[in-house]
Amino acid sequence: MLSFNLLVGVCLGYVCLLFLVAFAAEKRARAGKAGWLRSPVVYTLSLSIYCTGWTFYGAVGNAARSGLEFVTIYLGPTIVMIGWWVILRKLVRIGRTQRITSIADLISSRYGKSTSLGVLVTLLAVVGTTPYIALQLQSVTLAFGVFGGPSRDGNATAVWVAIGLALFTVIFGTRSLDANERHHGVVIAIAVEAVVKLVALCALGVFVVWGVAGGPGDAAQLIEASPISQWDMQPDRWVTLTFLSATAFLCLPRMFQVLVVENSDERHLATASWAFPLYLLLISLFVVPIAVVGLAVMPAGANPDLFVLTVPLAFDREGLAMLSFLGGFSAATSMVIVAAIALSTMVSNHIVMPIWLNARSGGATVSGDVRHVVLLSRRISIAGILALGYIYYRYSGGGAALAAMGLIAFVGVSQVLPALIGGIFWRGATRIGAGLGVAIGFAVWLYTLFLPSFGEGVVFPASIYEVGPWGIWLLRPQALFGIEGMDPLVHAVFWSLALNMAAFFIGSLLSFPRPLERLQGATFVNIYRYSDSTRGWGQSFVEAEDLLVMAQRILGAGDAQALFVRVAAEQGKRGYLPDVTPEFLDLLERELSGSVGAATAHAMLGQLTGGVTVSVEDLMRVADETAQMMEQRIQLEAKSGELEITARQLRDANEKLTQLSVQKDAFLSQISHELRTPMTSLRAFSEILMDSEKMAGSERKRYSSIIHDETLRLTRLLDDLLDLSVLENGQVTLNTQPVTVSAVLDRAIGATQSRDEANSLRIIRERDREDVTLVTDPDRLAQVFINVVSNAQKYCDAATPELRISVSAVGDRVVVDLIDNGSGIPKDSQSMIFEKFARLSDQRAAGGAGLGLAICREIMVRLGGGIDYLPGQGGAAFRVTLPQALAAAA
Amino acid sequence: MGGRVLLIEDEPNIIEAIRFILSRDGWAVDVHSDGATALEAVAKRNPDLVILDVMLPNKSGYDILADLRADPETEALPVLMLTARGQSKDREMAERIGVSRFMTKPFSNAEVLNSVRELAGQ
Repeated sequence: MLSFNLLVGVCLGYVCLLFLVAFAAEKRARAGKAGWLRSPVVYTLSLSIYCTGWTFYGAVGNAARSGLEFVTIYLGPTIVMIGWWVILRKLVRIGRTQRITSIADLISSRYGKSTSLGVLVTLLAVVGTTPYIALQLQSVTLAFGVFGGPSRDGNATAVWVAIGLALFTVIFGTRSLDANERHHGVVIAIAVEAVVKLVALCALGVFVVWGVAGGPGDAAQLIEASPISQWDMQPDRWVTLTFLSATAFLCLPRMFQVLVVENSDERHLATASWAFPLYLLLISLFVVPIAVVGLAVMPAGANPDLFVLTVPLAFDREGLAMLSFLGGFSAATSMVIVAAIALSTMVSNHIVMPIWLNARSGGATVSGDVRHVVLLSRRISIAGILALGYIYYRYSGGGAALAAMGLIAFVGVSQVLPALIGGIFWRGATRIGAGLGVAIGFAVWLYTLFLPSFGEGVVFPASIYEVGPWGIWLLRPQALFGIEGMDPLVHAVFWSLALNMAAFFIGSLLSFPRPLERLQGATFVNIYRYSDSTRGWGQSFVEAEDLLVMAQRILGAGDAQALFVRVAAEQGKRGYLPDVTPEFLDLLERELSGSVGAATAHAMLGQLTGGVTVSVEDLMRVADETAQMMEQRIQLEAKSGELEITARQLRDANEKLTQLSVQKDAFLSQISHELRTPMTSLRAFSEILMDSEKMAGSERKRYSSIIHDETLRLTRLLDDLLDLSVLENGQVTLNTQPVTVSAVLDRAIGATQSRDEANSLRIIRERDREDVTLVTDPDRLAQVFINVVSNAQKYCDAATPELRISVSAVGDRVVVDLIDNGSGIPKDSQSMIFEKFARLSDQRAAGGAGLGLAICREIMVRLGGGIDYLPGQGGAAFRVTLPQALAAAA
Repeated sequence: MGGRVLLIEDEPNIIEAIRFILSRDGWAVDVHSDGATALEAVAKRNPDLVILDVMLPNKSGYDILADLRADPETEALPVLMLTARGQSKDREMAERIGVSRFMTKPFSNAEVLNSVRELAGQ
């Protein structure tokens, strides 16, 4: 007997291999080298998740029990692949162009983004898929049981399998949020599993035919002799099962996932249309021989579902049994993984996200937030779905035959078919009709098939099958409306789909579609027309009025109406409603983008025109965009604030430069004037002296002294200019030392009086208050006082000119006021006396160059103080302020 | 010889120099030093020629010249302008207003004398 531990080891090794394959594929896809990962062969192999553990184990069991009935399971998809090509191609085209993420998304989008329909289909899918997942858990558990013996705890095995599958699915199914919901790693892994299960079954078949039976001829004889050859076809069941498997192939969430969502190229469908039926043929080729040989060699009562394992074991072919086990394991796990991905997408997009977005509405959504929530909700959904599958496995009649459970699930999901097919071929189908149909079909399925499957007395009391609920005979679950004698499955399929379709058609005919629904309907039904326009807005059936209503909401009524009137006028129309041309839609999209962002604008227009639908990913992008726009607006505001400041600084600097330039020009012009004036005198008198030889001695002396004075004046002017230039721009070396104000004033007054003794300016001082010690440059300070005093000498127009000097200390600052008793400086001139060459014109005779006070101002700045004109003191009044101790740095 | 010249100038040394040069040549020189009352001085003295400084207290030489040219009595009066502002734009400005001759300080005495002789019609 094969060791159970070895089996577990091989299993883990196999799973590790799948992990590696999936990782490698994801890595390649990420690096942009998807290439062969997306070949038609891989696509075809990925479709083989149709062949689950049920097909692997159950088909043989089914053949052993019901003869060729198992063929219907393969016949349905074959018919779909070959005959219903039109439906498949349309589904794939819609899925790709409308960015459909699941079958619930497709139904919901088609019927005007109906949330309730999305929820309904999601619920249906979850309920319909749960038994199927349970089935896979059961098949794996049973298989383990074959190797581990009956003493093994089946429930524990199922738990570990469920947990393992959940982990794998979470890791590879929710790695990233791809707008297209494609999972390269998962697809490659299931393609590998598809090969493993095909090889396993074929190897077993070859062994059985050639190794056990002794060749094809002997095998045929065995079959002839077996009960299977006695099988009579039940036409109603045959047709029903074929139809059911065909429907399931289209409607199962996992099939939709691989068929439509994971499809990367529509042309792959062409390859799959012959390759997939071929795959089905190969995998079903040896089902009958295995069943026949199993019946022949196994003891009576052996579970035919497990023949693929027990037959090789009976012949001690442990390697073959191991391969078979891996084949079955592959079949079961690949189905569970894809189903969990498909269902988690549906649950998260149609149930969790709408609730979350609603709850969060109003609050600012931070970028990345949404993605985090989506991923989390998908992961939890995956875990939840597998947990549901386990619970169903645990509490349903665990002994029920596998095939029966599979069929029950098939009938459940096939309830989507009318809404699906009607939706893509019939524009008249409405949300009400689809909702009614799905809901009624779902209810009938629950009542007639799903709930009774738990066994009599579990959900319904046994009496209900005999007399009906509340004694209503017509409503017996397995004989609705009194029609008896039908196979329960056929009965359920018939009534659920009949009532479903009736409700769908009647509901659709009696209700009116909303505008969005009508537009979506047009898009889906005429998908080839829509998807062929590659860029911009194609033909659309949207009314200008609908666009105006939307535009008004976003742009404001006035702006929107103005825009529409303008476009209408450009088209030569009067009024508010222009023709809806692609150019107009482009223009409108641009206008809306300005207000709400590009993704939102595109999504809104797309919804109205039916050109594009809005997926949850779109909504997320919109949410992201809103957050980004808010962020950008804040940044922009900050930036524009900065820019404004910079601009203002530049403006100020420019003004200053212009001012400086003007000042420089004026200054040069002034200097020129101030230099030319004395030079004019020099030239004139020197020429006079040169050509007047017979000039009187006194005259000659007088003119010579004019020349002398003008030379001094020029020298003084140049000295002042240099002084000012150094003070303004150069490095001024201050010779700071302690000195009393009194001493500085003595020096200044001495200097002025020695220069012009004739001047009779009387200086009044308060010596007792002048004994303030300063740390400053005494020479420079004296220069300032000299200037002010000599100005008083020159300009004081009083009869007995006086200059009053008072000193006071305010805090650590010393203030020296020098006030004469003249008429002072006119008010409108006061502001300019410290400017260069601001010598007031009527005082020109005094002979200064007009730089004195400008120099004083510069000196005082250097000394850390200032000089100001004090108005309202009677005469000209200057206040010199300076710190008691000049900071060393200056 | 012997025409009347009105010198409108405020720089004492320059006044003295010009007065000396022209007097020596036989011209009667009147002096006026304020811009604001220059027009009245012209009307009162009725000179054959005006020598006009640009930078005058209270009213610029340009303004005085413009007023002279606007008055029919004085529109043909020869005006010799002297200025310490030697830029070409000053000359252009003076010529636009209608100056008879424009000279930049420092000037040569002979040049001034010749100009006065020419402009005063000898």
